[in-house]
Amino acid sequence: MWGRFVGHRLLQLIPVLIGVSFIVFLTMHLTPGDPIEHMLGQAGRITQAQIDELRSHYGLDRPLLVQYGLFLGNAAVGDFGPSYSHQGRSVSQVVAERFPATLELTLFAFALGIMLAIPAGVVASLRPHGRFDRTATVTALLGISMPGFWLGIMLMIVFGLRLQWLPISGRIDLALVPQYVTGLHTVDSLLAGDGAAFWSALKHLALPGLAMAAPMAAMVMRMVRSSMIGVLGQDYVQFARAKGLPERDVIGKHALRNALIPTVNIVALQTGLLLSGNMIIETVFQYPGLGKLAVDAIAAADYPLVQAVVLIYAVSYVLLNLAADVLHAALDPRVRLA
Amino acid sequence: MMRQPLLEVQHLRTRFETYRGTLRAVDGVSLTVSRGETVALVGESGCGKSVAALSIMRLIRPPGRIAGGRVILDGRDLLEASEVEMRGIRGGRIAMVFQDPLSTLNPTFTVESQVTETLRVHRVAAGAQARDRAIELLDAMGIPAPRERLRSYPHELSGGMRQRVMIAIAVSCQPEVLIADEPTTALDVTLQAQIMDLLATIKEERGLATVLITHDLGIVAQFAEKAAVMYAGQIVEECPVSRLMEEPLHPYTSGLLRCVPRLGRPDVPITPIEGTVPDLVSLPAGCRFAPRCPKVMARCRQAMPPPYEVDAQRLVRCFLYAGADTASAAEEED
Amino acid sequence: MSQSVTEDEILAPVAGTAPGMLRLLVGNRVAVAAGIVVLLFVAAGLLAPAIAPHDPNLQDPSAIRVPPFWQSGGSSTYLLGTDSLGRDLLSRMLYGARISILLGVAVVLITLLVGTALGMAAGYFRGWFDAVMSRVVDTLLAFPFLIFALAIMAATGPNLVALVLALAFKGWVDFYRVARGDVLAAREADYVAAARGLGASTPYILLGEILPNIIPPLIVLATLRMATIIIAEASLSFLGIGVPPSIPAWGTMVSDGRADVVSAWWIATFPGLAILLLVLSVNLFGEGLRDVLDPRMRR
Repeated sequence: MWGRFVGHRLLQLIPVLIGVSFIVFLTMHLTPGDPIEHMLGQAGRITQAQIDELRSHYGLDRPLLVQYGLFLGNAAVGDFGPSYSHQGRSVSQVVAERFPATLELTLFAFALGIMLAIPAGVVASLRPHGRFDRTATVTALLGISMPGFWLGIMLMIVFGLRLQWLPISGRIDLALVPQYVTGLHTVDSLLAGDGAAFWSALKHLALPGLAMAAPMAAMVMRMVRSSMIGVLGQDYVQFARAKGLPERDVIGKHALRNALIPTVNIVALQTGLLLSGNMIIETVFQYPGLGKLAVDAIAAADYPLVQAVVLIYAVSYVLLNLAADVLHAALDPRVRLA
Repeated sequence: MMRQPLLEVQHLRTRFETYRGTLRAVDGVSLTVSRGETVALVGESGCGKSVAALSIMRLIRPPGRIAGGRVILDGRDLLEASEVEMRGIRGGRIAMVFQDPLSTLNPTFTVESQVTETLRVHRVAAGAQARDRAIELLDAMGIPAPRERLRSYPHELSGGMRQRVMIAIAVSCQPEVLIADEPTTALDVTLQAQIMDLLATIKEERGLATVLITHDLGIVAQFAEKAAVMYAGQIVEECPVSRLMEEPLHPYTSGLLRCVPRLGRPDVPITPIEGTVPDLVSLPAGCRFAPRCPKVMARCRQAMPPPYEVDAQRLVRCFLYAGADTASAAEEED
Repeated sequence: MSQSVTEDEILAPVAGTAPGMLRLLVGNRVAVAAGIVVLLFVAAGLLAPAIAPHDPNLQDPSAIRVPPFWQSGGSSTYLLGTDSLGRDLLSRMLYGARISILLGVAVVLITLLVGTALGMAAGYFRGWFDAVMSRVVDTLLAFPFLIFALAIMAATGPNLVALVLALAFKGWVDFYRVARGDVLAAREADYVAAARGLGASTPYILLGEILPNIIPPLIVLATLRMATIIIAEASLSFLGIGVPPSIPAWGTMVSDGRADVVSAWWIATFPGLAILLLVLSVNLFGEGLRDVLDPRMRR
């Protein structure tokens, strides 16, 4: 049953993925300016023959739809061609090198956001309009009204520069880089049993992670709070109390599980904020991940690289929403049959 | 003849603080129930009967609170008990069945999980033993193929089946008192009879003291021994059911009975009670039924009638019976 | 007054509690205050040329990184200080309000009109149009908002027309979904059936009967979207692919100040505070509006 459920959802993704890749392809190709010229801008005297040769080398002289077909076929096997701005390296190589850093930061921010938002939303719902609720609600409103880049800079000024508690750039103390296993410094340092490296990696994640998590955590907290308030008025919560269950089970089991059902999809949608935050927060904190890579690639007009990164983000987002659908079904037996 | 009361509610008062003022949902309700006895709490929706039931279980949450009175179970005042003690009593000694089984069973947990959970918290059974006990219970409630049903979710069951599951959960830990709040209102008529019969059987077998909350006088006539009629947070008449049906004393009770069509008596017209239930925040001075009462007198609008003891079995809160009082008025208002 | 209260109402948490009502009341007062703050920002933006003390792009080489007036070294000439090129922060912020609000309004109007029109058409006519639109919408929803805008801006480089289009390209989907859903429901409603029975034309039913009924939720959504758009525009400008550098914009200003956070905290701080205050006010106003106009969306 589960196999069919997931399989069906995966099939539905195919037209979406084709649409997504086409839009990405189009935006990069219907642009004024010539990537070849941009590439050769600082290379001195170039003959027309050399330009033509490069153009055919990158397939830029073919019809648009053929180019899209080539792009799609190559993208499917992870080949996005050579990078314009990273001399002598392929887009896939550059992306693969940066991917673990972004994965680590995003997972960290996600976990941090969820760990803040769900307990805060639950506690706030227990005494609506009480002191905790009011504090949490105002904080959440600030969280969704604050631009992430500015929050990042403010955190940097306060915790990095004034208090000097936390580092404001990079991933880890360069003297402590653990041996490459997964590419996630926190995991690799734990695997190597290197506590100092783990601590250093964690400290480097703290500020960018918090800045990235803030808007998502704010949205999720509001959602958990409002759905908990709705659920706590339900008969089954009253019945759970009438059965003699301790309040811990009434709230943490009977109420929370039902409140999480609508929350799961909101979390997945808000992960879009997290992914968008990648570009901004990585730029603010000079964090060597995909987001910063994309921003730098735009400045260098490295189209294939931008294309690849945007596509990776879109596909990740689509898969995350698929994961949310599956989790939704796991939490709510009523949707499994549909 | 007189049995030892098991549950005794005395002058119970429950209030809700609203933005418009204090709402007196339950205002001085007294009730006694003995082992093996069914007492019906009758009234229109909004008269405070469900709040009274939740107050007995001490399940009133802010903005509501129990403002006074006593709820004595076997000599112990539950309003004095600690929260931990109450948890043992809820579901353990006093169980409750709710109106709508679809919204009362948690949609995200299986029947097994919801039945065994109660057995576990009350330390009746755990693990495989709890599972076996759950199967026995479902079987005893007349649920076919109980073993398979354990894996079901509430939405996969029929309405009557869900109500049986809820009753199974309620009686799983051998309670002494059962509070059934409109147990059949959400069901079809044919199912109503089945479920009421089930409840009656359980009561007989286990000697349960039952508080049956309903607005359905037919059910009262058939299943209860004693009835207490509630109006606007107060009990206005209390007596054995047979006498209530034959000779209602309080004008409200008579009005209620006239609302029910009589089978085989098409000559008796159905007459609704004029007017609406009073606002529990700003109650009228004097008798709460006075604005709607066909026999209203001048003094009814000035003072609240106390419950008059018409005879040993019968209390009526109405000035019409002031002369018939055998004892002095039993209680005073605050 | 004399309406009775049912037990359900009594037992529902929060509803009708004294603090609850009080909050609703104060909430509206907060919304009013927030609306006034928004109006002040609009006025500041409109009047920027008249009230700005300096030319926002004028570089004063003798006044580089001057701190705000209350700090030592600050001057009353540059109330909020100057940036690393000696430009007056206050003047640049006033002009920044102008571009933020202008872009926000433009994008919200475009998305509101396009999304509502397409959504109403899809909801009313159903059929192949609805089917095609749902594919398009699915595809657009697959992009995180900012990343989609970034993909477009990366291709075109910073320019205002492209920026409006980039921000609007996905934004209309929200209005589309609300309009479509509401029209689907209204289509079956009695008042529409009655109008149809009386022989009203399709355009009349859509514009005269249905539209007035679905406007309130759309207005609420438009207000809340405005807040998102302002942040998104500032974010793109911060990354250097939003508003062209020649036009003062808050996001660009924060970016300019990023390099100087150690020596001149004010350059990045003040424009960000302006964004926060404006977006917060728009959000508060929008939520107040929602409570009044669209009670079913109330939290």
